[in-house]
Amino acid sequence: MRYALTSLLGQALRGNRGWTPAWRRPEPKASYDAVIVGGGGHGLATAYYLAKEHGLTNIAVLEKGWIGNGNIGRNTTLIRSNYLLPGNVPFYEHSMKLWEGLEQDINYNAMVSQRGLLNLYHSDAQRDAFARRGNAMRMHGVDSELLDREQVRAFVPYLDFDNARFPIQGGLIQRRGGTVRHDAVAWGYARAADRLGVDILEHCEVTGIDIVDGRAVGVQTTRGAIRAKKIGLAAAGNSSRVAALAGLRLPIESHVLQAFVSEGVKPLIDTVVTFGAGHFYISQSDKGGLVFGGDIDGYNSYAWRGNLPIVEDVAECGMALMPMLGRLRVVRSWGGLMDMSMDGSPIIDKTPIDGLYLNCGWCYGGFKATPASGWCFAHTIARDAPHAFNAAMRLDRFATGHLIDERGAGNRPNLH
Amino acid sequence: MRIPCVYCGERGHEEFSYLGDATIQRPTAAATPNEWHDYGYLRENPSGSHRELWQHVAGCRAWLVVTRDTRTHAIISVEAAQDVALSREKATP
Repeated sequence: MRYALTSLLGQALRGNRGWTPAWRRPEPKASYDAVIVGGGGHGLATAYYLAKEHGLTNIAVLEKGWIGNGNIGRNTTLIRSNYLLPGNVPFYEHSMKLWEGLEQDINYNAMVSQRGLLNLYHSDAQRDAFARRGNAMRMHGVDSELLDREQVRAFVPYLDFDNARFPIQGGLIQRRGGTVRHDAVAWGYARAADRLGVDILEHCEVTGIDIVDGRAVGVQTTRGAIRAKKIGLAAAGNSSRVAALAGLRLPIESHVLQAFVSEGVKPLIDTVVTFGAGHFYISQSDKGGLVFGGDIDGYNSYAWRGNLPIVEDVAECGMALMPMLGRLRVVRSWGGLMDMSMDGSPIIDKTPIDGLYLNCGWCYGGFKATPASGWCFAHTIARDAPHAFNAAMRLDRFATGHLIDERGAGNRPNLH
Repeated sequence: MRIPCVYCGERGHEEFSYLGDATIQRPTAAATPNEWHDYGYLRENPSGSHRELWQHVAGCRAWLVVTRDTRTHAIISVEAAQDVALSREKATP
Protein backbone atom coordinates (compact mmCIF):
# COMPACT_ATOMS: atom_id res chain seq x y z
CA MET A 1 0.00 0.00 0.00
CA ARG A 2 1.40 3.37 -1.00
CA TYR A 3 1.33 5.99 1.75
CA ALA A 4 -0.30 9.21 0.57
CA LEU A 5 -2.89 11.76 1.63
CA THR A 6 -5.58 9.80 -0.21
CA SER A 7 -4.75 6.52 1.55
CA LEU A 8 -4.68 8.36 4.90
CA LEU A 9 -8.10 9.92 4.31
CA GLY A 10 -9.52 6.65 2.98
CA GLN A 11 -8.31 4.76 6.04
CA ALA A 12 -9.58 7.44 8.39
CA LEU A 13 -13.08 7.04 6.94
CA ARG A 14 -12.90 3.24 7.33
CA GLY A 15 -11.75 3.35 10.97
CA ASN A 16 -8.08 2.63 10.10
CA ARG A 17 -8.90 -1.09 9.78
CA GLY A 18 -7.36 -1.58 6.32
CA TRP A 19 -3.69 -0.88 7.00
CA THR A 20 -1.43 -3.77 6.09
CA PRO A 21 1.91 -4.71 7.72
CA ALA A 22 4.80 -2.61 6.44
CA TRP A 23 6.72 -5.70 5.36
CA ARG A 24 6.02 -9.42 4.86
CA ARG A 25 7.20 -12.24 7.14
CA PRO A 26 8.38 -14.70 4.50
CA GLU A 27 9.92 -18.13 5.05
CA PRO A 28 13.59 -18.39 3.97
CA LYS A 29 14.12 -19.66 0.43
CA ALA A 30 16.79 -22.27 -0.31
CA SER A 31 18.88 -19.83 -2.32
CA TYR A 32 19.20 -16.15 -3.16
CA ASP A 33 21.25 -14.05 -5.56
CA ALA A 34 22.52 -12.10 -2.56
CA VAL A 35 22.08 -12.21 1.20
CA ILE A 36 22.88 -9.35 3.54
CA VAL A 37 23.87 -10.39 7.07
CA GLY A 38 22.52 -7.78 9.48
CA GLY A 39 19.10 -6.13 9.33
CA GLY A 40 20.14 -2.76 10.72
CA GLY A 41 19.95 0.51 8.84
CA HIS A 42 22.98 -0.25 6.69
CA GLY A 43 21.88 -3.79 5.80
CA LEU A 44 18.34 -2.73 4.91
CA ALA A 45 19.60 0.24 2.89
CA THR A 46 21.99 -2.08 1.06
CA ALA A 47 19.17 -4.45 0.14
CA TYR A 48 16.98 -1.53 -0.98
CA TYR A 49 19.64 -0.01 -3.26
CA LEU A 50 20.62 -3.46 -4.62
CA ALA A 51 17.00 -3.87 -5.71
CA LYS A 52 16.40 -0.31 -6.85
CA GLU A 53 19.72 0.65 -8.48
CA HIS A 54 21.02 -2.72 -9.63
CA GLY A 55 17.89 -4.75 -10.36
CA LEU A 56 18.76 -7.57 -7.95
CA THR A 57 15.48 -8.54 -6.31
CA ASN A 58 16.12 -12.13 -5.24
CA ILE A 59 17.71 -10.93 -2.00
CA ALA A 60 17.33 -11.67 1.69
CA VAL A 61 18.30 -9.63 4.73
CA LEU A 62 19.14 -11.87 7.70
CA GLU A 63 18.61 -10.34 11.14
CA LYS A 64 19.36 -12.23 14.35
CA GLY A 65 16.97 -10.10 16.41
CA TRP A 66 14.26 -7.91 15.01
CA ILE A 67 14.24 -4.85 12.77
CA GLY A 68 15.11 -1.75 14.82
CA ASN A 69 16.69 -3.58 17.77
CA GLY A 70 20.30 -2.73 17.00
CA ASN A 71 22.16 0.52 16.58
CA ILE A 72 19.59 1.93 14.15
CA GLY A 73 17.28 2.24 17.17
CA ARG A 74 20.01 3.19 19.68
CA ASN A 75 21.71 6.23 18.16
CA THR A 76 21.20 9.93 18.79
CA THR A 77 19.69 10.54 15.30
CA LEU A 78 22.18 13.17 14.07
CA ILE A 79 23.07 13.71 10.43
CA ARG A 80 25.99 15.79 9.15
CA SER A 81 28.76 15.75 6.56
CA ASN A 82 31.34 17.95 8.31
CA TYR A 83 34.45 15.86 7.74
CA LEU A 84 37.99 16.95 6.91
CA LEU A 85 39.71 14.24 4.89
CA PRO A 86 39.26 13.60 1.14
CA GLY A 87 38.46 9.90 1.69
CA ASN A 88 35.49 10.85 3.88
CA VAL A 89 33.98 14.15 2.66
CA PRO A 90 32.49 13.06 -0.70
CA PHE A 91 31.04 9.93 0.88
CA TYR A 92 29.30 11.72 3.74
CA GLU A 93 28.09 14.49 1.43
CA HIS A 94 26.55 11.84 -0.81
CA SER A 95 24.83 10.50 2.29
CA MET A 96 23.49 13.98 3.09
CA LYS A 97 22.10 14.32 -0.44
CA LEU A 98 20.40 10.93 -0.14
CA TRP A 99 18.88 12.02 3.20
CA GLU A 100 17.50 15.11 1.47
CA GLY A 101 15.55 13.02 -1.03
CA LEU A 102 14.95 9.96 1.14
CA GLU A 103 11.32 10.38 2.14
CA GLN A 104 10.05 10.78 -1.43
CA ASP A 105 12.33 7.97 -2.56
CA ILE A 106 11.14 5.36 -0.04
CA ASN A 107 7.61 6.80 0.44
CA TYR A 108 8.03 7.00 4.21
CA ASN A 109 8.05 9.90 6.62
CA ALA A 110 11.48 9.69 8.25
CA MET A 111 11.11 13.18 9.76
CA VAL A 112 14.32 14.45 8.14
CA SER A 113 14.92 17.81 9.80
CA GLN A 114 17.82 19.96 8.62
CA ARG A 115 17.84 22.11 11.73
CA GLY A 116 21.59 22.79 11.61
CA LEU A 117 24.49 21.30 13.52
CA LEU A 118 26.81 23.62 15.46
CA ASN A 119 30.30 22.61 16.68
CA LEU A 120 31.49 25.06 19.36
CA TYR A 121 35.11 26.18 19.71
CA HIS A 122 36.66 27.45 22.93
CA SER A 123 40.21 28.46 22.01
CA ASP A 124 42.18 30.14 19.22
CA ALA A 125 43.76 26.85 18.20
CA GLN A 126 40.40 25.15 18.01
CA ARG A 127 39.02 28.01 15.91
CA ASP A 128 41.90 27.57 13.46
CA ALA A 129 41.28 23.80 13.26
CA PHE A 130 37.57 24.39 12.65
CA ALA A 131 38.29 27.02 10.00
CA ARG A 132 40.51 24.50 8.25
CA ARG A 133 37.79 21.83 8.40
CA GLY A 134 35.18 24.31 7.19
CA ASN A 135 37.40 25.28 4.25
CA ALA A 136 38.01 21.61 3.39
CA MET A 137 34.25 21.07 3.37
CA ARG A 138 33.62 24.11 1.14
CA MET A 139 36.30 22.95 -1.31
CA HIS A 140 34.26 19.73 -1.64
CA GLY A 141 31.07 21.74 -2.19
CA VAL A 142 29.70 21.12 1.32
CA ASP A 143 28.07 24.00 3.22
CA SER A 144 29.84 25.27 6.31
CA GLU A 145 30.04 28.58 8.07
CA LEU A 146 32.36 29.84 10.82
CA LEU A 147 30.43 31.84 13.42
CA ASP A 148 31.96 34.23 15.91
CA ARG A 149 30.86 34.48 19.53
CA GLU A 150 28.08 37.01 18.94
CA GLN A 151 26.66 35.05 16.00
CA VAL A 152 26.56 31.92 18.16
CA ARG A 153 24.94 33.91 20.98
CA ALA A 154 22.20 35.12 18.62
CA PHE A 155 21.61 31.53 17.45
CA VAL A 156 21.68 29.67 20.81
CA PRO A 157 21.54 32.29 23.58
CA TYR A 158 21.04 29.81 26.44
CA LEU A 159 24.61 28.41 26.53
CA ASP A 160 27.16 29.28 29.24
CA PHE A 161 29.23 31.69 27.13
CA ASP A 162 31.34 32.90 30.05
CA ASN A 163 32.18 29.50 31.50
CA ALA A 164 35.28 30.05 33.65
CA ARG A 165 37.33 27.28 32.08
CA PHE A 166 35.84 26.94 28.60
CA PRO A 167 34.33 30.25 27.43
CA ILE A 168 32.61 29.88 24.05
CA GLN A 169 34.48 31.76 21.33
CA GLY A 170 32.36 30.72 18.36
CA GLY A 171 31.37 27.73 16.28
CA LEU A 172 31.39 25.96 12.94
CA ILE A 173 27.88 25.36 11.68
CA GLN A 174 26.59 23.07 8.95
CA ARG A 175 23.07 24.34 8.35
CA ARG A 176 22.13 21.27 6.29
CA GLY A 177 22.94 19.02 9.25
CA GLY A 178 20.23 18.01 11.67
CA THR A 179 18.26 15.01 12.88
CA VAL A 180 16.22 12.15 11.41
CA ARG A 181 13.74 9.86 13.16
CA HIS A 182 15.97 6.78 13.50
CA ASP A 183 13.31 4.07 13.84
CA ALA A 184 11.53 5.42 10.79
CA VAL A 185 14.72 4.96 8.77
CA ALA A 186 14.77 1.25 9.66
CA TRP A 187 11.05 0.79 9.04
CA GLY A 188 11.09 2.90 5.87
CA TYR A 189 14.00 1.05 4.28
CA ALA A 190 12.56 -2.33 5.37
CA ARG A 191 9.20 -1.50 3.81
CA ALA A 192 10.72 -0.06 0.63
CA ALA A 193 13.01 -3.07 0.17
CA ASP A 194 10.12 -5.46 0.85
CA ARG A 195 8.01 -3.73 -1.81
CA LEU A 196 10.80 -4.44 -4.32
CA GLY A 197 10.70 -8.16 -3.42
CA VAL A 198 13.45 -8.37 -0.78
CA ASP A 199 12.84 -11.04 1.89
CA ILE A 200 13.42 -9.67 5.40
CA LEU A 201 14.11 -12.63 7.68
CA GLU A 202 13.98 -11.69 11.35
CA HIS A 203 15.14 -14.00 14.17
CA CYS A 204 17.51 -15.61 11.67
CA GLU A 205 21.04 -15.69 13.10
CA VAL A 206 23.94 -16.65 10.88
CA THR A 207 25.95 -19.43 12.53
CA GLY A 208 28.30 -20.33 9.69
CA ILE A 209 29.57 -19.16 6.31
CA ASP A 210 30.14 -21.87 3.71
CA ILE A 211 33.30 -21.42 1.68
CA VAL A 212 34.22 -23.72 -1.23
CA ASP A 213 37.52 -23.25 -3.09
CA GLY A 214 37.99 -19.74 -1.74
CA ARG A 215 34.49 -18.66 -2.64
CA ALA A 216 31.58 -17.96 -0.29
CA VAL A 217 28.58 -19.99 -1.44
CA GLY A 218 26.07 -19.76 1.38
CA VAL A 219 25.33 -19.35 5.06
CA GLN A 220 24.15 -21.61 7.88
CA THR A 221 21.45 -19.97 9.98
CA THR A 222 19.16 -20.75 12.89
CA ARG A 223 16.42 -21.06 10.25
CA GLY A 224 18.33 -23.48 8.02
CA ALA A 225 20.98 -23.34 5.32
CA ILE A 226 20.71 -20.66 2.64
CA ARG A 227 22.76 -20.67 -0.55
CA ALA A 228 23.79 -17.31 -1.98
CA LYS A 229 25.84 -16.11 -4.93
CA LYS A 230 26.95 -13.05 -2.97
CA ILE A 231 27.09 -12.42 0.77
CA GLY A 232 27.38 -8.96 2.32
CA LEU A 233 28.27 -8.58 5.98
CA ALA A 234 26.81 -5.51 7.73
CA ALA A 235 26.81 -6.69 11.35
CA ALA A 236 28.04 -3.49 13.10
CA GLY A 237 29.22 -4.29 16.65
CA ASN A 238 29.22 -8.01 15.89
CA SER A 239 31.32 -7.68 12.71
CA SER A 240 34.35 -9.44 14.21
CA ARG A 241 32.22 -12.42 15.24
CA VAL A 242 30.52 -12.75 11.86
CA ALA A 243 33.79 -12.29 9.91
CA ALA A 244 35.42 -14.95 12.13
CA LEU A 245 32.89 -17.44 10.68
CA ALA A 246 34.73 -16.94 7.38
CA GLY A 247 38.16 -17.10 9.05
CA LEU A 248 38.79 -13.34 8.82
CA ARG A 249 40.36 -11.23 11.57
CA LEU A 250 39.36 -7.57 11.40
CA PRO A 251 40.98 -4.29 12.46
CA ILE A 252 38.01 -3.77 14.80
CA GLU A 253 37.32 -3.63 18.52
CA SER A 254 33.73 -3.63 19.81
CA HIS A 255 33.02 -0.92 22.36
CA VAL A 256 29.93 0.29 24.16
CA LEU A 257 28.50 3.79 23.65
CA GLN A 258 25.81 5.18 25.93
CA ALA A 259 23.10 7.70 25.09
CA PHE A 260 20.57 9.53 27.24
CA VAL A 261 17.20 11.23 26.99
CA SER A 262 15.63 13.65 29.44
CA GLU A 263 11.99 14.13 30.37
CA GLY A 264 10.00 15.95 27.69
CA VAL A 265 9.97 19.74 27.81
CA LYS A 266 8.57 22.49 25.61
CA PRO A 267 10.62 23.47 22.51
CA LEU A 268 14.04 24.54 23.77
CA ILE A 269 16.84 23.46 21.42
CA ASP A 270 15.91 23.99 17.77
CA THR A 271 19.27 22.79 16.44
CA VAL A 272 22.09 20.39 17.33
CA VAL A 273 24.91 21.70 19.55
CA THR A 274 28.21 19.99 20.28
CA PHE A 275 30.56 21.03 23.09
CA GLY A 276 34.15 21.64 21.93
CA ALA A 277 35.98 21.30 25.24
CA GLY A 278 34.71 17.80 25.99
CA HIS A 279 32.75 15.19 24.11
CA PHE A 280 29.06 16.12 24.35
CA TYR A 281 26.26 16.68 21.86
CA ILE A 282 22.63 17.54 22.39
CA SER A 283 19.43 17.98 20.42
CA GLN A 284 15.72 17.83 21.16
CA SER A 285 13.40 15.16 19.83
CA ASP A 286 10.00 16.07 18.42
CA LYS A 287 8.49 14.46 21.51
CA GLY A 288 10.30 17.02 23.66
CA GLY A 289 13.03 14.95 25.31
CA LEU A 290 16.58 16.24 25.15
CA VAL A 291 18.72 13.59 23.46
CA PHE A 292 22.41 13.66 24.34
CA GLY A 293 25.57 11.62 24.60
CA GLY A 294 29.34 11.73 24.79
CA ASP A 295 32.34 9.43 24.75
CA ILE A 296 32.39 5.67 24.41
CA ASP A 297 33.15 3.83 27.64
CA GLY A 298 36.55 2.90 26.27
CA TYR A 299 36.98 -0.84 26.81
CA ASN A 300 36.00 -3.90 24.74
CA SER A 301 32.37 -4.77 25.37
CA TYR A 302 29.49 -6.78 23.97
CA ALA A 303 27.31 -6.02 27.01
CA TRP A 304 24.97 -3.40 25.44
CA ARG A 305 25.24 -1.37 28.62
CA GLY A 306 27.90 0.94 30.03
CA ASN A 307 29.18 2.10 33.39
CA LEU A 308 28.66 5.13 35.61
CA PRO A 309 31.93 7.09 35.08
CA ILE A 310 30.82 7.96 31.54
CA VAL A 311 27.38 8.95 32.82
CA GLU A 312 29.12 11.38 35.18
CA ASP A 313 31.43 12.64 32.42
CA VAL A 314 28.54 13.31 30.05
CA ALA A 315 26.57 15.07 32.79
CA GLU A 316 29.56 17.27 33.64
CA CYS A 317 30.04 18.26 30.00
CA GLY A 318 26.34 19.04 29.70
CA MET A 319 26.40 21.21 32.82
CA ALA A 320 29.47 23.10 31.57
CA LEU A 321 27.70 23.85 28.31
CA MET A 322 24.10 24.40 29.43
CA PRO A 323 23.75 24.81 33.20
CA MET A 324 19.94 24.74 32.95
CA LEU A 325 20.20 21.00 32.19
CA GLY A 326 20.71 20.47 35.94
CA ARG A 327 17.00 21.08 36.45
CA LEU A 328 15.99 18.17 34.21
CA ARG A 329 15.63 14.49 35.00
CA VAL A 330 17.22 11.87 32.77
CA VAL A 331 14.49 9.34 32.06
CA ARG A 332 16.37 6.77 30.00
CA SER A 333 19.90 5.73 29.15
CA TRP A 334 21.00 2.82 27.03
CA GLY A 335 24.01 1.34 25.29
CA GLY A 336 24.86 0.15 21.79
CA LEU A 337 27.80 -1.80 20.35
CA MET A 338 30.22 0.21 18.25
CA ASP A 339 32.52 -1.46 15.72
CA MET A 340 35.49 0.80 16.45
CA SER A 341 38.06 0.60 13.65
CA MET A 342 41.77 1.20 13.99
CA ASP A 343 41.72 4.61 12.27
CA GLY A 344 38.21 5.77 13.17
CA SER A 345 36.92 5.39 9.60
CA PRO A 346 34.71 2.70 8.09
CA ILE A 347 35.38 -0.20 5.72
CA ILE A 348 33.19 -0.92 2.66
CA ASP A 349 35.09 -3.36 0.51
CA LYS A 350 35.48 -6.79 -1.00
CA THR A 351 37.25 -9.39 1.14
CA PRO A 352 40.00 -11.87 0.19
CA ILE A 353 37.16 -14.43 -0.20
CA ASP A 354 35.29 -14.25 -3.51
CA GLY A 355 31.62 -13.43 -3.16
CA LEU A 356 32.03 -12.12 0.39
CA TYR A 357 31.75 -8.37 1.01
CA LEU A 358 32.36 -6.37 4.16
CA ASN A 359 30.71 -3.26 5.61
CA CYS A 360 31.95 -2.37 9.11
CA GLY A 361 34.05 -0.04 11.25
CA TRP A 362 31.46 2.73 11.62
CA CYS A 363 32.67 3.56 15.10
CA TYR A 364 30.00 5.74 16.71
CA GLY A 365 29.11 7.60 13.49
CA GLY A 366 27.15 5.06 11.49
CA PHE A 367 23.67 6.55 11.56
CA LYS A 368 24.37 9.60 9.40
CA ALA A 369 26.06 7.31 6.88
CA THR A 370 23.12 4.91 6.53
CA PRO A 371 21.93 5.88 3.02
CA ALA A 372 25.39 6.23 1.44
CA SER A 373 26.66 3.12 3.22
CA GLY A 374 23.83 1.09 1.71
CA TRP A 375 24.18 2.79 -1.66
CA CYS A 376 27.96 2.22 -1.88
CA PHE A 377 27.82 -1.31 -0.43
CA ALA A 378 25.13 -2.23 -2.96
CA HIS A 379 27.35 -0.89 -5.75
CA THR A 380 30.37 -2.80 -4.41
CA ILE A 381 28.37 -6.05 -4.23
CA ALA A 382 26.56 -5.70 -7.57
CA ARG A 383 29.57 -4.56 -9.63
CA ASP A 384 32.16 -6.48 -7.62
CA ALA A 385 34.11 -3.23 -7.31
CA PRO A 386 33.87 -0.17 -5.06
CA HIS A 387 32.30 3.09 -6.18
CA ALA A 388 34.47 6.24 -6.19
CA PHE A 389 32.69 7.35 -3.00
CA ASN A 390 33.95 4.37 -0.99
CA ALA A 391 37.17 3.72 -2.92
CA ALA A 392 39.31 4.87 0.03
CA MET A 393 37.39 2.79 2.60
CA ARG A 394 39.45 -0.30 1.89
CA LEU A 395 40.08 -3.27 4.15
CA ASP A 396 43.77 -3.39 3.20
CA ARG A 397 44.49 0.28 3.92
CA PHE A 398 46.05 -0.62 7.26
CA ALA A 399 48.62 -2.76 5.46
CA THR A 400 49.34 -0.20 2.72
CA GLY A 401 49.42 2.83 5.01
CA HIS A 402 46.49 4.70 3.43
CA LEU A 403 44.72 5.32 6.73
CA ILE A 404 41.80 7.76 7.03
CA ASP A 405 42.48 9.02 10.54
CA GLU A 406 40.36 12.17 11.11
CA ARG A 407 41.50 12.45 14.70
CA GLY A 408 45.14 11.46 14.22
CA ALA A 409 44.95 9.07 17.15
CA GLY A 410 46.63 6.03 15.59
CA ASN A 411 45.66 2.41 16.14
CA ARG A 412 43.80 3.03 19.42
CA PRO A 413 40.10 2.35 18.78
CA ASN A 414 39.05 3.82 22.13
CA LEU A 415 40.62 7.17 21.25
CA HIS A 416 38.76 7.76 17.96
CA MET B 1 32.80 -1.93 36.94
CA ARG B 2 35.44 -2.26 39.68
CA ILE B 3 38.90 -3.69 39.07
CA PRO B 4 40.82 -5.38 41.93
CA CYS B 5 44.33 -3.99 41.44
CA VAL B 6 46.93 -6.49 42.66
CA TYR B 7 48.60 -3.76 44.73
CA CYS B 8 45.81 -1.36 45.73
CA GLY B 9 42.72 -3.56 46.02
CA GLU B 10 39.36 -3.00 44.37
CA ARG B 11 38.92 0.40 42.70
CA GLY B 12 36.45 1.97 40.25
CA HIS B 13 37.50 1.55 36.60
CA GLU B 14 37.73 5.32 36.13
CA GLU B 15 41.07 5.13 38.00
CA PHE B 16 42.43 2.95 35.20
CA SER B 17 43.44 3.57 31.60
CA TYR B 18 42.73 0.95 28.95
CA LEU B 19 45.16 -0.20 26.28
CA GLY B 20 43.46 -3.26 24.81
CA ASP B 21 44.26 -6.86 23.92
CA ALA B 22 47.05 -8.26 26.13
CA THR B 23 47.64 -11.37 24.03
CA ILE B 24 49.25 -9.66 21.03
CA GLN B 25 53.04 -9.67 21.14
CA ARG B 26 55.47 -7.31 19.51
CA PRO B 27 57.19 -9.08 16.59
CA THR B 28 60.95 -9.39 16.39
CA ALA B 29 62.98 -7.00 14.23
CA ALA B 30 63.17 -9.72 11.56
CA ALA B 31 59.36 -9.90 11.21
CA THR B 32 57.70 -9.39 7.83
CA PRO B 33 55.49 -6.33 7.09
CA ASN B 34 52.52 -8.69 7.25
CA GLU B 35 53.38 -9.71 10.81
CA TRP B 36 53.73 -6.03 11.80
CA HIS B 37 50.33 -5.33 10.24
CA ASP B 38 48.73 -8.12 12.24
CA TYR B 39 50.38 -6.86 15.43
CA GLY B 40 49.41 -3.24 14.84
CA TYR B 41 45.88 -3.63 13.56
CA LEU B 42 44.20 -7.04 13.74
CA ARG B 43 42.39 -8.06 16.92
CA GLU B 44 40.53 -11.17 18.05
CA ASN B 45 37.79 -8.96 19.63
CA PRO B 46 36.08 -11.89 21.38
CA SER B 47 32.58 -11.92 22.84
CA GLY B 48 33.35 -13.53 26.20
CA SER B 49 36.64 -13.90 28.06
CA HIS B 50 39.18 -11.23 27.02
CA ARG B 51 42.72 -10.71 28.34
CA GLU B 52 43.47 -6.99 28.28
CA LEU B 53 45.93 -4.40 29.53
CA TRP B 54 44.89 -1.72 32.03
CA GLN B 55 47.13 0.78 33.80
CA HIS B 56 46.24 2.01 37.29
CA VAL B 57 47.08 5.62 36.34
CA ALA B 58 45.29 7.23 39.30
CA GLY B 59 46.77 4.75 41.75
CA CYS B 60 50.02 2.77 41.81
CA ARG B 61 50.57 3.25 38.03
CA ALA B 62 51.24 -0.47 37.58
CA TRP B 63 50.24 -2.20 34.35
CA LEU B 64 47.78 -5.05 34.85
CA VAL B 65 46.60 -7.96 32.74
CA VAL B 66 42.87 -8.21 33.44
CA THR B 67 40.79 -11.16 32.24
CA ARG B 68 37.23 -9.91 31.83
CA ASP B 69 34.02 -11.19 30.27
CA THR B 70 33.09 -8.68 27.55
CA ARG B 71 29.44 -9.86 27.64
CA THR B 72 28.90 -9.08 31.34
CA HIS B 73 31.91 -6.91 32.36
CA ALA B 74 32.63 -9.46 35.13
CA ILE B 75 36.33 -9.48 36.12
CA ILE B 76 37.63 -13.06 36.06
CA SER B 77 41.23 -12.48 37.16
CA VAL B 78 43.87 -9.75 37.53
CA GLU B 79 47.64 -10.24 37.30
CA ALA B 80 50.56 -7.80 37.33
CA ALA B 81 51.66 -7.33 33.70
CA GLN B 82 55.27 -7.61 34.85
CA ASP B 83 54.65 -11.11 36.24
CA VAL B 84 52.90 -12.13 33.03
CA ALA B 85 55.83 -10.88 30.94
CA LEU B 86 58.42 -12.59 33.16
CA SER B 87 56.62 -15.93 33.08
CA ARG B 88 56.24 -15.59 29.31
CA GLU B 89 60.02 -15.00 29.02
CA LYS B 90 60.67 -18.11 31.11
CA ALA B 91 58.39 -20.18 28.92
CA THR B 92 60.14 -19.05 25.68
CA PRO B 93 63.82 -18.45 26.49
